[in-house]
Amino acid sequence: MSCGAKKDVSRRDFLRSGAALATMQLAPGVTLMAFGGSEAQAAADAGKRWGLLIDASKCAPDCNACITACQDENGWKGSGNAETDVQWIRKVTLKDKSSGRETSLPVMCQHCESPPCVDVCPTGASFKRKDGIVLVDKHICIGCRYCMMACPFKARSFVHEHVTNQKTHAPRGIGTVESCTLCVHRVDEGRIPACVEACEATGHGAMVFGDLLDPESEISRRLAEYPSVALRPDLDLNPGVRYREI
Amino acid sequence: MRASLLIAGLIAMLASAVWAEGQGGLGPVIPEATGKAHPEGNDYMRRWHMSMMRHDRDVTMYEGKRDQNASLGGCFECHAAKDETGTPVTYADARHFCRSCHDFVAVRVDCFDCHRSTPEGVEEPPAHAALGGVLSPSLGADVGALVAYLGAWEVGQ
Ligand code: SF4
Ligand code: SF4
Repeated sequence: MSCGAKKDVSRRDFLRSGAALATMQLAPGVTLMAFGGSEAQAAADAGKRWGLLIDASKCAPDCNACITACQDENGWKGSGNAETDVQWIRKVTLKDKSSGRETSLPVMCQHCESPPCVDVCPTGASFKRKDGIVLVDKHICIGCRYCMMACPFKARSFVHEHVTNQKTHAPRGIGTVESCTLCVHRVDEGRIPACVEACEATGHGAMVFGDLLDPESEISRRLAEYPSVALRPDLDLNPGVRYREI
Repeated sequence: MRASLLIAGLIAMLASAVWAEGQGGLGPVIPEATGKAHPEGNDYMRRWHMSMMRHDRDVTMYEGKRDQNASLGGCFECHAAKDETGTPVTYADARHFCRSCHDFVAVRVDCFDCHRSTPEGVEEPPAHAALGGVLSPSLGADVGALVAYLGAWEVGQ
């Protein structure tokens, strides 16, 4: 492989077309339009805002498929110490005290439009991409954990242990903070997040991923069709993750 | 006079030996690579590889352009130094490609606290973690040892 500073245009074009092809093969019979994307994304696009719609009525209380898929995809796992283990996505059970009815739903980084984690970060490591995905630049993160305090959703984790065997596309290590990336490495290739794909595969279909700015996307059409809520709407953070039936 | 000649000779010897074919002499022993040579030449790569990687990582992370040329994963496509069994070694092994030069110049890179140091699919054994990152290798993540160390330090002051 050539690692030149001057970009090898033909190789790049080859990779681009390769990515588009993989996308089409990945979902036979299903166009990317169904997920809200218009074509394979080659880069973060300011004209898009990626989001999730989670239908709690379809989420099975005993199902953990989204969490396992996230662990496999991004290479995080528990070491048996709940106090310090990282958790990019967790299942939360809500109970209506008067009726006793329980609702189960996955909660991860809500990819806030006005993210408190970014507001408080003293180094600039917490940032929001122009397509709305909130990330940590671990090259800059000093592990102060201020963002963990600021996040209203307990979405971020600090890596306490040495990490080995990271995925090439998901570097992570001791002394830095991390959270759901909305599978940014997949989104950049025009694919959908691993959790959504896994939920789809179980047949529950509780999660929809797509572009909130595209009125024709599946997610936008569903949001227009029925009521949905943001978690902690009082905080006015306009999260990219929305819920239904909670 | 004699001493200065000796020093000049030594410097000349070092200068020629260090990168003479990149092998042997007083220079680091650089593991053989597979694949095609860098068109920019090895001298260029030695001088600029860190800037190239920093540039391309920012483009990848902030702009989401994932088809960059300079990446650690890309390096290991050709620069995975192997042990006697033919298995690529991790950064914990002094024969690792990155360590061959960085050890020589006494630079400890912390890339591999977060990035894997082998090609995807080649297991990094637990010994790799004992390398130490934020904490010193001897203390590791052992909080008890750290508290004892800090306590001793306080008394000692
Ligand atoms: S959910 Fe938490 S970590 Fe995610 S963007 Fe909002 S404040 Fe930041
Ligand atoms: S832990 Fe890292 S990302 Fe979070 S506030 Fe501190 S420097 Fe920023």
